[in-house]
Amino acid sequence: MSAASTPGTSTPTPGTSEPGTSQPGAVVEIVGLHKSFGEREVLKGIDLGVAQGEVVCVIGPSGSGKSTLLRCVNLLEQPTAGTIRVLGTDVTDPDVDIDAVRTHVGMVFQQFNLFPHLSVLDNCTLAQRTVLGRSREEAEAIARKNLDHVGLADRAASSPGQLSGGQQQRVAIARALSMDPALMLFDEPTSALDPELVGDVLAVMRDLADDGMTMLVVTHEMAFAREVADRVIFMDDGVVVEQGAPDQVVGAPQHERTRSFLARVLDPTHRHTA
Amino acid sequence: MSTTDARSALGAGRARLSPRRRQEISRRVQYGLLAAVLVLLVATTDWGRMGTTFANPDAISAIAPDLPRAALNTVLYTLAAFAVGLSLGLLLALMKLSTVRVYRIIATAYVEFFRGIPALLVVFAFGYAIPAAFQVRFDSVILQIGLALGVVSAAYIAETLRAGIQAVPRGQVEAARSLGMSARSTTLRVVIPQAFKIVLPPLTNEIVLLTKDTSLVFALGLLTTDYELTKLGRNALSEASGGMTSILVVGLVYLLITIPLSSLTRWLERTTGYKGHV
Repeated sequence: MSAASTPGTSTPTPGTSEPGTSQPGAVVEIVGLHKSFGEREVLKGIDLGVAQGEVVCVIGPSGSGKSTLLRCVNLLEQPTAGTIRVLGTDVTDPDVDIDAVRTHVGMVFQQFNLFPHLSVLDNCTLAQRTVLGRSREEAEAIARKNLDHVGLADRAASSPGQLSGGQQQRVAIARALSMDPALMLFDEPTSALDPELVGDVLAVMRDLADDGMTMLVVTHEMAFAREVADRVIFMDDGVVVEQGAPDQVVGAPQHERTRSFLARVLDPTHRHTA
Repeated sequence: MSTTDARSALGAGRARLSPRRRQEISRRVQYGLLAAVLVLLVATTDWGRMGTTFANPDAISAIAPDLPRAALNTVLYTLAAFAVGLSLGLLLALMKLSTVRVYRIIATAYVEFFRGIPALLVVFAFGYAIPAAFQVRFDSVILQIGLALGVVSAAYIAETLRAGIQAVPRGQVEAARSLGMSARSTTLRVVIPQAFKIVLPPLTNEIVLLTKDTSLVFALGLLTTDYELTKLGRNALSEASGGMTSILVVGLVYLLITIPLSSLTRWLERTTGYKGHV
């Protein structure tokens, strides 16, 4: 087993902050993150940094802890040990106002989680008005701008239930963007979609990346990771096994675990016998 | 040939009736039976006596003047009890969902206690025991019966609300919190509006039950102006010679109150309903 797969250590790569030091331009700095659900340890010492404007894709088999890692960043899961600095604030500090930090961190879920009792427009204005105290006019103007950005300006008055899964996910992205986040977290945003609807959502995410948004993306879309990510992280069994440039990790993986995972993902009929 | 074999095999069943034929005959027998019972009833009933017992004009005109007030009292007692039950029930539901264990224990004990004892006992308590023990006087019957039935229905309403709140998917709360919304505004703006739709039918059921339970107010010893439907019907029973008439009349008035409630629920479900489902 190499050093990179040992808990508590990782190979720093360009764009990654050194553990423990607060670098200007670092949006997320995770040091020694552990998370257990009861007896089961899901994250076994993660060190990870995301720099300003960087797009980081996290790949790995289901159960590897990648969604839990993402959910720890905005404290939807409470870490068992370690520190997580988001925009310079240690969110694991009990004295920190986590609601204020979350305001700057947009999150997109696998199941969209739009509010079914509100219109598309109101989905995008609710938090703007209740959290940021924006007026209805201002919030609606910002919401419409973001709905236009995801190509759904004409569905502002619709109910979420009237939209396709792909459209719902794009509304969810517009809803998150309406809070003017400094960081966007994507938790398998296309995994619940019919195959023909995946492209529209990925296109919106690609636009966001091109606009310089800092993004941490858990995904199974290898082509997206390869084309859009600045850095790809392969996780397995609660540790970062390998990370680096997309061409390196996806194109020429160094570790056997990475290779066997990619073989299974890229060719589902491939029978792995190791 | 195999086809002729198959045909003869099917033909062998010809002697017995096919299932559809048997169903047809069974249906005719059932209609015949019903008709026979109806004819028998009509033939043997003493229609003159039926009229004086169930629809006695004297008995109807005797209670008719008091009916509107009694019906209004029934509605007022119901509303008072529901207001108490809903407020207290919401508090108990939130206690049951609290992260503080002691609150959960208190709420559970309350629910088990009031679900387990007859509502009539609680009415007695508010009618006699509490005024005597604490030297309080209830100025209005509405307040008295509202509290008595309200504390009982709060136990049922608490369970309904708790189930409704828990039925709202966890992802809804996570989405709201990830947008920076506080726990309080998440509950108010995201959870409760969705839970409301879920609990609407069982809450209507609770109002219907309360409407009928207001009849327990007879245990308080009322002024005639405080009479509700059941008390009115019962008093008329002993005064007039109308037999069943007064009971039948107030029963119909109860239905006039409760059946529209069901329509109201369906209407509310339609208007507050969101299209499609996420």
